Amino acid sequence: MRFRRLALLILLMFMTACGRATGQASSQPGTSAYIQNKGSDTIVNLALAWAEQYQAENPQISISVTGGGSGTGIAALLNKTVDIANASRQMQAEEIKQAKANGFDPVEYIVARDAIGVIVNAANPVGRLTMQQVSDIYSGKINNWDQVGGQDRPIVRLSREVNSGTHVYFRDTVVRLGDKNNKTLFATDTLLLPSSEGIISEIRQNPNAIGYDGLGYIPSDLKTVAVAKDANSLYVLPSIASVNDKSYPIARDLYMYTAGQPTGAVKTYLDWIVSSDAQTIVANLGFVPILK
Amino acid sequence: MKKSLSWSETLITAAVKTCGYSAIVFVLLIFFFLLREGLPALAEVKLGELFSTRWYPIENHFGILPLITGSILVTLGAMLIAIPFGIGTAVFLSEIAPRWMREILKPLVELLGGLPSVVLGFLGILVLAPFLRFFLNLPTGLTALAGALLLGGIAVPTTVSIAEDALDSVPLSYREGALALGATKWQTIWRVTLPAARSGVLTALMLGIGRTIGETMAVMMVTGNAPVLAIKLSSIFSPVRTMTATIAAEMGEVANGSTYYHVLFFIGLVLFLISLVVNIVASSVVFKSKTRAERVLS
Repeated sequence: MRFRRLALLILLMFMTACGRATGQASSQPGTSAYIQNKGSDTIVNLALAWAEQYQAENPQISISVTGGGSGTGIAALLNKTVDIANASRQMQAEEIKQAKANGFDPVEYIVARDAIGVIVNAANPVGRLTMQQVSDIYSGKINNWDQVGGQDRPIVRLSREVNSGTHVYFRDTVVRLGDKNNKTLFATDTLLLPSSEGIISEIRQNPNAIGYDGLGYIPSDLKTVAVAKDANSLYVLPSIASVNDKSYPIARDLYMYTAGQPTGAVKTYLDWIVSSDAQTIVANLGFVPILK
Repeated sequence: MKKSLSWSETLITAAVKTCGYSAIVFVLLIFFFLLREGLPALAEVKLGELFSTRWYPIENHFGILPLITGSILVTLGAMLIAIPFGIGTAVFLSEIAPRWMREILKPLVELLGGLPSVVLGFLGILVLAPFLRFFLNLPTGLTALAGALLLGGIAVPTTVSIAEDALDSVPLSYREGALALGATKWQTIWRVTLPAARSGVLTALMLGIGRTIGETMAVMMVTGNAPVLAIKLSSIFSPVRTMTATIAAEMGEVANGSTYYHVLFFIGLVLFLISLVVNIVASSVVFKSKTRAERVLS
């Protein structure tokens, strides 16, 4: 995370430098454009990677990408200070109403999908869990693997740090089962590790451990658990296909919003983002590409 | 010629004075900065909540007790390792080892002290934690014990290097006198050389402990960072979260000026006060021992 932040900073500096350069060189009006893109911290690395690639291919376009959270991005769109807002959730009715009051209909693009896999040690016989069981494990109600059909071993819970977007998404979707009024917290003895690598190296050597991570970051020598929405549903392993047909429960869409139908450079950019070229970058960054 | 010399001398005196005073000024500035950023936490969070046992700051659970106990536990564990090993190694290097061995060992120990703690953290994650899990049959190796062992290892080189210098500066005549009175080598070391070097050895221990309590990276990597209240003896075998790791892991993402931000600074303030107390206690002990040694030797 730290390194990604640093990379982000350097990228930002790089891009502001580019922005200035194109600003001075804008001798051909009409072709050069400046796109402002702001919002979700979950998407910010992806948006940066897209912007970088797109600017390399189209040097007359300059794109500035900033994070701050989905709410910040949407607020900026409502105030028309950005061209594109990134969001890891859909716009709420209240926000759409405000947009209409400001004189535009927000247009939604699904630009990628984000799925979280629940992972255990390769030697762990447990291969499937319901959402309720995963929730009970993380809230401390289930403390031994034999309660979910495994060996008699204590469960060691691993989580990302509290400032990780993945932590918050996992808490809301899995630990709280998507219920907004549910205030269940992680058990206090949940190990909070500062990086994905920390979680993966611990699970690799510890048969007691359970953890979670973005689908694209899970190495093949760990066991990914099939998850069912409830006891009557099918257990589904996360994959590009199961995330796209919405049968895998711990997944969400990532969005970009524009103020009204996009035109010109913004439209070209968004069309490029949903193209297969740009979706390759999605897979490289650990997200799930959209299938058309 | 004479005039320019005195002029440059004034300049140098002023420069040296500035350096000296700057130490005080910087400590005071840091202290006031911590107070300014940390004290609002007391107004924003009720005292009972601040010293409760639940740390989940993103939903306003600001109990810092688990963090304080975590830091204390890891530091105490590290001291238990660093003190005997540090003094033992220093005594061996200065009093027992032959000259050639000392010439090799001391630079090596100092090299060990220069190892970045993040590298030791890697060793901790990949070697120490799995080993502890197998060897002690623990649920996970990422425990306070792993942190204490690693921090002990980090503190030992600092302790050895300074304690060895202190022992080395004890006049040879002390040892010769003791041996001439019929004391064995062990009696000479334990009753004469070590007490004579006491203030230096204590300084060495203090600096070692100082490194321990402030160490962040290695601890963050191996202690598991679970904010559990660590007050039982068995807590040493369970994961803990230290104050330093909390600040390091969370400061990067927090909104400037928020309650969360103030609480993180408050933790920094607590950390600062703890090391201040440790230092004051240590220097008062050093001071006392000096006057006693002077009394005995005069």
